[in-house]
Amino acid sequence: MSYNWNWGIFVSTTPTGDTTYLGWMLSGLQTTIALSLSAWIIALAIGSIMGVLRTVPSRWLSGIAAVYVEAFRNIPLLVQLFIWYFVLPELLPAALGNSFKQMNPTAQQFLSSMVCLGFFTGARVCEQVRAGINSLPPGQKNAGLALGFTLPQTYRHVLVPMAFRLIVPPLTSEFLNIFKNSAVCSTIGLLELAAQGRQLVDYTAQPYESFIAVTVMYVGINVIVMTLMRKVERRSRVPGYIGGK
Amino acid sequence: MISIRNVSKSYGSFRVLADCSTEVARSEVVVVCGPSGSGKSTLIKCVNGLEPFQRGEIVVNGISVGDPKTDLPGLRSHVGMVFQNFELFPHMTITENLTIAQVEVLGRSREEATERGMGLLDRVGLKAHAGKHPGQLSGGQQQRVAIARALAMDPICMLFDEPTSALDPEMINEVLDVMVELAQEGMTMMVVTHEMGFARKVAHRVIFMDHGRIVEDAKKEDFFGTPRSERAQQFLSKILHH
Repeated sequence: MSYNWNWGIFVSTTPTGDTTYLGWMLSGLQTTIALSLSAWIIALAIGSIMGVLRTVPSRWLSGIAAVYVEAFRNIPLLVQLFIWYFVLPELLPAALGNSFKQMNPTAQQFLSSMVCLGFFTGARVCEQVRAGINSLPPGQKNAGLALGFTLPQTYRHVLVPMAFRLIVPPLTSEFLNIFKNSAVCSTIGLLELAAQGRQLVDYTAQPYESFIAVTVMYVGINVIVMTLMRKVERRSRVPGYIGGK
Repeated sequence: MISIRNVSKSYGSFRVLADCSTEVARSEVVVVCGPSGSGKSTLIKCVNGLEPFQRGEIVVNGISVGDPKTDLPGLRSHVGMVFQNFELFPHMTITENLTIAQVEVLGRSREEATERGMGLLDRVGLKAHAGKHPGQLSGGQQQRVAIARALAMDPICMLFDEPTSALDPEMINEVLDVMVELAQEGMTMMVVTHEMGFARKVAHRVIFMDHGRIVEDAKKEDFFGTPRSERAQQFLSKILHH
């Protein structure tokens, strides 16, 4: 097999003339990071609320949360993305649907991707939060209530702060997943990192360089995320608790 | 102060409490004992509404616990409870454990709450540990903090649910000493325990439960002198002669 390595490709100008191929890659990287971070915020917010609801005594509330989790965990991410992007705008009230369709295509793709990844990951965060709360001794809830806290106060001051400290490691892996899953969004045309990699191959026929660069960038993101989450883990460690001191 | 009238509770077809009635007067110390599974912990948890019950009535300081209209958090904030496994909040320092409910529930200022908390921490001999987390203290120390945490709310009565059962033997006395002192000060106390030494020393009455029933409810002298029920006699002979 003969392959013409050409790392210089990254500094050569693209056919559009306004940037280099490296410029494409970096803009993809930017989109991936912006998409993943905004989706992560949605996921944390929804996941925390739903995770708490899954553990409350009210059957109605915990039922709603259970339906959410089962729906978003059991439909493939790709199908969910297509539903958010192609189907949902048609189902929205006409005014809202039209205003979505009048946005520029990149904004449409970004918005759909963000909400899709946020809800999908939220279902997984929800299960971690639930597991964290359920892993606390049942006496903790009683101790909160016995002091005169209402149930919401007990969650806020006693159960949730402790549960989150316990689930930092599994949340780290969900946080890593959201960056990797964001690559799926290239299927609706969003030019994030993986899509830019493929575009580069189409234009230059240099697949090795292109995907090596894409890989290095994903690994780079994940190394940063892991370092960050280690810090969070250390700072949230409870002295004297399992694994603490 | 606490009156329990014909209280019954079942999980499905299993009877946990069967027609229990008793009274705890102001400044009275009542010890509840009995074999495991006799319903004593369940009964004490019914008193502050942590366990619901299906029949009967419990009235604490004139407020009916089972009434759906009752402000349970409000009632509980004045009924101290100490648990078998301490249940301090592990992510908070000892100071935060002592002050959070004072601030959030009673609406005290942080300074006022800290002052009250530190005073009580000093009283249980743990002032030096204020900045630590519960996991850094021994079981006996944690339970003393838990008692201080309950007292910080200025309770009208205190409930103890097997406060020494999870402790190593050498730590039991430091906790019992605090409880004895509290009893001698005239605190109204309902104590589920097997510590008969404690019962002999400070209890006014002893309640003996078996299979969800209050089998014996007698003055301390009568209970230790001549328990009427055979079941209580057996129980006493087993735990006093081991």
